[in-house]
Amino acid sequence: MIETKTNDLTFSTLDKDAGLKAAIGTKPADVIGTISDSALKGRGGAGFPAGFKWKLAAEAESDEKFVICNADEGEPGTFKDRLLLSDFADLVFEGMTIGGFAIGAKSGILYLRAEYTYLLAHLEDVLAKRREENLLGENILGKGFDFDIRIQMGAGAYICGEESALIESLEGQRGEPRNRPPFPVEDGFKHKATIVNNVETLCWAAAVMSKGAKWFKSAGTEQSAGFKLLSISGDIANPGVYEIEFGTKISDILHMAGCECEKGTPCKVKAIQIGGASGICVPAKDIGRKIAFEDIATGGSIIVFGQDRDMLHVAKNFLEFFVEESCGQCTPCREGNVVLLDGVELLEEGKCSMKYLNELVSLGETMKVASKCGLGQTSARAFLSIVKHFKDEIMGREPMSV
Amino acid sequence: MLLTEQEKMREEIRSLAEEYGKDHGSLIPILRAIQKKYYYISSVAMQEIANLLGIHPIEVYSVVTFYSFLSEEPQGKYIFRLCETISCDMLGKDQIARQLENDLGITFGETSDDGMFTLLYTSCLGMCDQGPAMMVNDCIYTKVTAEKVSEIIADCRKACCCCETTAKEVQ
Repeated sequence: MIETKTNDLTFSTLDKDAGLKAAIGTKPADVIGTISDSALKGRGGAGFPAGFKWKLAAEAESDEKFVICNADEGEPGTFKDRLLLSDFADLVFEGMTIGGFAIGAKSGILYLRAEYTYLLAHLEDVLAKRREENLLGENILGKGFDFDIRIQMGAGAYICGEESALIESLEGQRGEPRNRPPFPVEDGFKHKATIVNNVETLCWAAAVMSKGAKWFKSAGTEQSAGFKLLSISGDIANPGVYEIEFGTKISDILHMAGCECEKGTPCKVKAIQIGGASGICVPAKDIGRKIAFEDIATGGSIIVFGQDRDMLHVAKNFLEFFVEESCGQCTPCREGNVVLLDGVELLEEGKCSMKYLNELVSLGETMKVASKCGLGQTSARAFLSIVKHFKDEIMGREPMSV
Repeated sequence: MLLTEQEKMREEIRSLAEEYGKDHGSLIPILRAIQKKYYYISSVAMQEIANLLGIHPIEVYSVVTFYSFLSEEPQGKYIFRLCETISCDMLGKDQIARQLENDLGITFGETSDDGMFTLLYTSCLGMCDQGPAMMVNDCIYTKVTAEKVSEIIADCRKACCCCETTAKEVQ
């Protein structure tokens, strides 16, 4: 197995299935109440209140309901779900079961990205064991609740991390996002009421049921309760998965992962990409900013760039990613990313005028508002923030000799 | 493909459809199984799957061409997918890429003449703290070095690389 560096994780301290046992001894409405009281927001990046999502699905009229765990962790720089699936699989399934109990679902599906096929056998083993222990199946823990989970594999598409594209993929379609509304909570998998939650969100939901809403809410900030797992990679001494309280400064996060400036040497960090390819690039001067929904929100991807990194190369890598991964359904995203990438190539050749760069920026801003789903709405962000902060570096440069 | 082989594959698709159910939702699991066994999804396979699931073959084709782990072109027995996203890029993916081309004798996007190897780039593998990272079929290789590339290829030639359940760290 892969050894991942971490700090002390709350998930290591939880009693196995304590959350499920607490939940199943109460009423579904109480579970939703507790999750709502904890102010837990979605950990995939969008930050939708988990309790509210569950409440909508619980109230939806549907003869069948589903719990879907979104394990299509494809955002560049994110690997916290890999750790959760390999080291805390029981907790993930516990969270799904609690979700099922809360909304009145009998089946759950874990959508696992194709790249994580190596985890499949382990996950199936954990599921089998949970069935033996009566934590899944009929009459769970003797409380009259039936729920089971199956795993369905993805086939290699970043867009399937978007919840409605994920549902399309589960239904055997191309992973093209649906028009929303209607939202999956009322019209989801097989047009039934469905909650789609990130792996980490489900783990925190289980933790909240185990340790209480108050415990969770007392951590973090007023608008961003609780804890968050970060995946830290790039030019840093100890890349890995780190748990923070919301509201932690970027500088403290860098120190946590072994940034050398902690030892008194000058900081060698030039910029930090927060939120992956769809996130923003923060220059080193802004490391006093905080990770929180009210400052910089993120699904947890932190990529550190050292002083000698070429930021135009970074922007190019992200745009190549989006050109490859755009589903092609809507024009701003399908065409816009290609135009931005062409623009980056002009910049590489030192041939981009300020006038044209401003047009590219305007295009990027248009893509944010005109694209159909989160992919196109965020794909220009890295480019825009790099242009904003590193104009002097990227303009009028000497063409690279090939 | 010989007629007898076609018939064998059809039989196989029929049993997969029985196993997963003749429902549109079974399409991707069936396609993954066929891809794994035959290293691609032929037009004959697409037609048969469409018949069984009661959908148009074009729908099957559109799904096959959408997902990067499904292919309508024959691929090698061992598919190398090198992560090209930024964290692996910064950890030296270009050097690994060159050495893969040198040792496999093919460029990215190609399949070797003997049908053994296909070399591809892939988007983020979620191994950003372990790069450069690469998939060979379902198996993950982390911290790959240029020196180790030939060993990984030799493992495949010995047909022992297909560890489907574990991740390998190259030391």
